[in-house]
Amino acid sequence: MSAFAPWTTERAEAVVTQCASRPGPVLLTLQALQLEFGYVHPDAVPLVARSLNVSRAEVHGVLTYYHDLRTSPAPAHSVRICVAEACQSVGSRDLMHRAESELGVSVGERSSDTIDLEAVYCLGNCALGPAALVDGQLLGRLSPPQMSEVIAALRSETA
Amino acid sequence: MITVYVPGDSAARSVGADTIATHLVAGAAARGHDVRLVRNGSRGMLWLEPFVEVDVNGTRFGYGPVTSDDVDSLLDAGILEGAHHPLAHGTVDQIEWLARQQRVTFARVGVIDPLSVADYEAHGGLAGLRRALTLADEDVVAEVLASGLRGRGGAGFPAGIKWRTVLEAQSDQKYVCCNADEGDSGTFADRMLMEGDPFTLLEGMTIAGLSVGATQGYVYLRSEYPDAITRLNEAITIARTEGWLGNDVLGSGRVFDVEVREGAGSYVCGEETAMLESLEGRRGMVRPKPPVPALQGLFGKPTVINNVLTLASVPMVLADGASAYQSLGTGRSRGTQVFQLAGNIARGGIVETAFGVSLSELVNDFGAGTRSGRPVRAVQVGGPLGAYLRADALDVAMDYEALADAGAMLGHGGIVVFDDTVDMAQQARFAMEFCAVESCGKCTPCRIGSRRGVEVIDRVIAGVDREANLMLLDDLCTLMTDGSLCAMGGLTPLPVRSALRQWPEDFGGNS
Ligand SMILES: Cc1cc2nc3c(=O)[nH]c(=O)nc-3n(C[C@H](O)[C@H](O)[C@H](O)COP(=O)(O)O)c2cc1C
Ligand code: SF4
Ligand code: FES
Repeated sequence: MSAFAPWTTERAEAVVTQCASRPGPVLLTLQALQLEFGYVHPDAVPLVARSLNVSRAEVHGVLTYYHDLRTSPAPAHSVRICVAEACQSVGSRDLMHRAESELGVSVGERSSDTIDLEAVYCLGNCALGPAALVDGQLLGRLSPPQMSEVIAALRSETA
Repeated sequence: MITVYVPGDSAARSVGADTIATHLVAGAAARGHDVRLVRNGSRGMLWLEPFVEVDVNGTRFGYGPVTSDDVDSLLDAGILEGAHHPLAHGTVDQIEWLARQQRVTFARVGVIDPLSVADYEAHGGLAGLRRALTLADEDVVAEVLASGLRGRGGAGFPAGIKWRTVLEAQSDQKYVCCNADEGDSGTFADRMLMEGDPFTLLEGMTIAGLSVGATQGYVYLRSEYPDAITRLNEAITIARTEGWLGNDVLGSGRVFDVEVREGAGSYVCGEETAMLESLEGRRGMVRPKPPVPALQGLFGKPTVINNVLTLASVPMVLADGASAYQSLGTGRSRGTQVFQLAGNIARGGIVETAFGVSLSELVNDFGAGTRSGRPVRAVQVGGPLGAYLRADALDVAMDYEALADAGAMLGHGGIVVFDDTVDMAQQARFAMEFCAVESCGKCTPCRIGSRRGVEVIDRVIAGVDREANLMLLDDLCTLMTDGSLCAMGGLTPLPVRSALRQWPEDFGGNS
């Protein structure tokens, strides 16, 4: 039930063509590809380099620099927990521990049922922490029991 | 028809505002009331979110924090007529927490429908731009200079001086770049302004662009803020349709347009030269200065770079005149500052007030202490690169100079409160860890020093060779302070050293 298109060269070329005329196009092209496919396929590197007339090294450099860009297919779900100071002060460490034990993974890993658990640094919800972004939706004032419920809900969607 | 306000601000949405809005409209209809729902920005009283307002003959009554279980009882109590209820806070304008503030930059946030052209103009929108269009470009810049407005992104550089440099630079093309990367923990004012009153930012950017001779603006907006990205893009579309942006700004025949560029999850891209690299599509590596961006900025062209709050304050400066703005504040810190109360705080949110208010007033009076009810132990001011202050040292006045004297910095105005369960050694370790994760990698003291810093703090905490490792940590801090190209590596030692100095007992030392 992925919202993303399967990777094809034709489709990728169409995306790249749309971005090519914009100023400073490399990063925004990679972002557009990720929006379309959920990730940036390794074959995109030579394709983007050729279309935008830059070196492969340059494209690769940009692709690996930014935390947001990923080179493997998107997970079924993502849980991104804020671990920055304001959320730390109201228990984000406990929240992360709870998520790790529910998912059976450490932060930065993907669970067996393809839920990604990530740490992020501030979601702009610092007065209503601990905060998390679950499948792109911002949540606030989260407690560990609520985190368990959130993960259970994601699982029932996947099952 | 009765107008009901339920914030569409993402903080309000994060605690259930969408569900409340749906239930309220359905519940009102079931009781035979036809209501008009407005998704306003947040008033900034975040502990009261979701905060519902009902407009009764022009007076707005507030209720919060509302859960979906409360909706029926609120309607039954008669809130559509402004009736009392245990969650009632009376007339919103008279809530002391709000009434004590001086809302200038945030004057419209939470009050208006963020995308309503009529609301915007009815509440003073476009007055600044209209006045700017009657003045010579140099006079607009002179006005900004005279207002004393300083950059709200962190460095506090006078906006007018930057603008004048760009105005005087000769070039076929100039740019305005708005820094909306807002990466500091404890800050959310840029986000709330862009979600709650996006036209203000566009108006400020247009004034900047026209006065310095730039035709194109970019907003570099972090990807962690999807709602702000959507809202600002909607506002841009509307502004073009209205003729506020485009080839003939307000019929003046002058050109200015704005485009949103999304960040990609890098803290250091908030540093202005890294932001330029990222806008140009490259790795977000910091550039050495000079050349300053005002002379060689985006694509090598003269560029005004300002924070969201800086640019959003400009329309008010132009509308009411430099002296009105200048009359607020203290010393060389003029105007108002949008403080953000965050972390373990009972009443967190936006406090906009003239510079000079004390930190204690913000934390203890506005904030009412910790959310946990335990004693305050530490307060971090100015984001992850800012110092930690002790609970007994909060008398400091909140302005650029007084904070600098106290070894701290204002940064983007974020204030993060910790109660007495905080482990300051862990906070110091985190500062180094954050720097290691987010370093752009250009300079060794920052890239390697921060990783070494984490290891050394771990050894101190474990009690291994304590004295030797503390000395090593001190050397590392000095190296990072002196040998880093930007404030990422250069200021990370600030929170680390402030923690070490003031809470030695947390590092296994004697207090
Ligand atoms: C590591 C680092 C991160 C920064 N992050 C931001 C940011 O998120 N937003 C911002 O406006 N300024 C940020 N700054 C400050 C900018 O470099 C720059 O001073 C500012 O955008 C200028 O605008 P102003 O004069 O209106 O403050 C950061 C600086 C550093 C060193
Ligand atoms: S101090 Fe750190 S972030 Fe700044 S330029 Fe050097 S390596 Fe990059
Ligand atoms: S620190 Fe967690 S949302 Fe800002």
